[in-house]
Amino acid sequence: MSRLSRDPMISSPVLSRRGFLVTTAGAGLAFSFLTACGTDAGDAASAVVYEPTQWYSIDGTGKVTVNIIRAEMGQHVGTSLARILAEELETPWEKVAIHHVDTDPKWGLMVTGGSWSVWQTYPLYSQAGAAGRQALIEAGAAALGVDVASCSASNGAVVSGEKSISYGEIVAKGVTKTFTPEELGALTLKPVADRKLLGQPVQSLDIVEKTNGAAIYGIDAKVEGMVYACPILPPTRNGSQVDYVFDEPAKSIKGYQQTLVLKDPSGTISGWGMVIADTWWAARKAAEAVTLSYSPGPTTDVSEEALQDRARVLMADASVGSILDTGDTETAPAFRAARTTLDEVYTTATVLHFALEPLNALAEMKDGKMVIHTGNQWQSLVLPWLAAALEMPETDIVLKTYRLGGGFGRRLNGDYAIGAALAAKELGKPVKMVMTREDDSRFDSVRSPSVQRMRLAADRDGKVIAMEQHVAAGWPTEVMAPFFMPPGANGVPYDPFAINGANHWYSVGAHKVRAISNDLANQTFRPGWLRSVGPGFTNWALESFMDEAAHKLSRDPVDFRLSLLTGEGRNAGTAPNSVGGALRQAEVVRRCAEKAGWGSALPADTGLGLATSFGQERDMPTWIACAARVRVNRATGQPTVEKLTLVADAGTIVDPDGALAQMEGAALWGLSMALFEGTEFENGEVKARNLGAYTPLRLADTPELDISFVPSTEVPVGLGEPATTVVAPAIGNAIFNAVGARLRHIPITAAAVKAAI
Amino acid sequence: MASFTLNGRAVSLDAEPDTPLLWVIRDEANLTGTKYGCGIGMCGACTVHIGGQAVRSCITPVSAVEGETITTIEGLDPNGAHPVQVAWRELQVPQCGYCQSGQIMQAAAVLKEKPDLTDAEIDQLMTGNLCRCMTYTRIRAAVRKAADAMKGV
Repeated sequence: MSRLSRDPMISSPVLSRRGFLVTTAGAGLAFSFLTACGTDAGDAASAVVYEPTQWYSIDGTGKVTVNIIRAEMGQHVGTSLARILAEELETPWEKVAIHHVDTDPKWGLMVTGGSWSVWQTYPLYSQAGAAGRQALIEAGAAALGVDVASCSASNGAVVSGEKSISYGEIVAKGVTKTFTPEELGALTLKPVADRKLLGQPVQSLDIVEKTNGAAIYGIDAKVEGMVYACPILPPTRNGSQVDYVFDEPAKSIKGYQQTLVLKDPSGTISGWGMVIADTWWAARKAAEAVTLSYSPGPTTDVSEEALQDRARVLMADASVGSILDTGDTETAPAFRAARTTLDEVYTTATVLHFALEPLNALAEMKDGKMVIHTGNQWQSLVLPWLAAALEMPETDIVLKTYRLGGGFGRRLNGDYAIGAALAAKELGKPVKMVMTREDDSRFDSVRSPSVQRMRLAADRDGKVIAMEQHVAAGWPTEVMAPFFMPPGANGVPYDPFAINGANHWYSVGAHKVRAISNDLANQTFRPGWLRSVGPGFTNWALESFMDEAAHKLSRDPVDFRLSLLTGEGRNAGTAPNSVGGALRQAEVVRRCAEKAGWGSALPADTGLGLATSFGQERDMPTWIACAARVRVNRATGQPTVEKLTLVADAGTIVDPDGALAQMEGAALWGLSMALFEGTEFENGEVKARNLGAYTPLRLADTPELDISFVPSTEVPVGLGEPATTVVAPAIGNAIFNAVGARLRHIPITAAAVKAAI
Repeated sequence: MASFTLNGRAVSLDAEPDTPLLWVIRDEANLTGTKYGCGIGMCGACTVHIGGQAVRSCITPVSAVEGETITTIEGLDPNGAHPVQVAWRELQVPQCGYCQSGQIMQAAAVLKEKPDLTDAEIDQLMTGNLCRCMTYTRIRAAVRKAADAMKGV
């Protein structure tokens, strides 16, 4: 029954007073539904199960169910991870199902972000699959009465000469072998040449349900007896207090029940009203009719300009901030000795996540546990907040898993679940909260605006002898996950996610990278991890500046970069993650320039610009380059991106079409943040809150994409974000090459281009 | 009480007249394939067919659809195999998928109206549907593929 509501064959609505008949039937299963293939209920063969590790099970029919702890938000992550496991298990893909799990301490750290999923899971699931293969070979040999050495596994069966037995048959006879971590580590993986699944085309398991309305997202969750809720948000993200509630005008709205003023002992949210009603529309209307008066928090007057001014003030004080360990950080002697120096400042505006599914959560007390139905990217981060807010032990809180209608980092911060949970606890009944789009924007954990200063020193031969990058922005990790902050070379902790990218692979002599936390930003809003996080702005500055440096030193920008990507010293790379080091980055630059036609003649006012990066972090480099072809209208300044050419070396490609899709989306996010989207703080809140004012890229402005991967058998690394980081500087560099206008702020506007021509 | 035909079935629902059709479809009729995105008709995630035309259900009050024939993504094709859905699968268009019901409903209505779309018309007629995952190049290609399939090319 639980599958009924998701059955594409059911085209007619199933009606009931509040529509509960369908969704509450089989409620136990209804919200842990995410197996792509469903579950076989009842028969004896499927009831026998073997679990070589906690990551998957094999039943008596040979069906393999792979547990996925990562959130599905558009990456087809379950498909990629299950392919890794099925490859080593040597099981046919048709026998594989995926199961997105709810929270449980046994899964360890549950987080989906950083472009980490494939990279982190690859060794684990490869081992887990190999373990099952070995156990099944041993049990299969016994069942066949042959020597283990004569057996091999192939296509879901153990084979010895003419004899064979299927995995299902082996499991049905009973297999119990489990593996210690040491045994797992000692397993031999398949040779690359024997791979059957990795790198091969596949239809992702979540595609069909996303074309027929059957996919269930957090916003679709329902339970019997729930009431609807719409929050009333305070005038500041932090520190506001509700003094008075006036809800008389709401009482004439049919379905209005009451307005709660939430108290959050965890301090995650403050000053929230929660309007409760029979329907969401009634709650929403009532939220407009209810007046809350506040003692607002201290940031009611903060503007974008004030945030950036604060960044500049902090940056001007050399004693502020964390210096990263980039080898020789003593740049002063080189600058004193330099023949040529360059010093420029780059800025980026506030950016919204604007995931299309507005923030929502359904919370219910059930059998003594607080059960929360919502899409989330970092369950392990929000569970302690919920425990503090509800004054309940973490073990009594369960986060059910759902599809995310876009994540992009917003749902790493699970603060939106707190209000629903507090209301459900207070009311003693299930509460389904859905934010309006405008409130989703107001409550966003935005990408902080940033200020960066770049400096470069070159000697009399034009050789680069020192470089500095100073970066000031709000720090998401400081505000939400300070345990993730390592100390810098000067002992000061830093947010790696807000500075990564600056610690690049160019060999530039002395190299100082200084990360500065913008305290005013951290007070005014909850800085967010937004797709590509720090590299989204650090690489804007770095790669624009590399072009400026090349021009200053009369070098071709591609040749200039290649001359610095020498792979020497700390840029040589280390096994297993960064084998080849900067030389692999040089290779993607060469390939990208060649594919895009670097150096060939272009029409008037049209330019080609190139930028490159190593993606998200030095420990997991995704080598990438982008060339943008941009035409500029000199009269208006309007830039039009005609084509983006991207080349990436991401090691082993697990799912080629999924990898391509991630590159497409990430590159267009980069384009969108370069030219189309951005907002500003005004009176302590974001100014643009819905479409019309906020204008992400649309189809009509989407350029041609040419994306390719360097063939590789190295460790697979992340692809969700790296392409985002190279597009804006490639566009900025192209505009310069087209009309000689140098832009140092994103988003780039036509007016700014015109002014710079 | 609002009465209309929903995916081929006559329905009568208790809803305040100003309630957007979107919420009636999702919460009263329990068809959750139609999505809430912006609430102001600018993202297209809530697109349904009313009398065969693509309409933004988030800004259409239920009082305005009395007696109308409404189709949602769940009712687009009895087997979920409308040429647009087939093309969407073959090209693996969806990423998060949240906007795709609306994209598909928009494309199906557009192709019914104008089977011989130029590439420029695809851009023009689909650009009102936001895809935050930015699957745009695949949407473009899938509309073309569906158009060709519907023409028997």
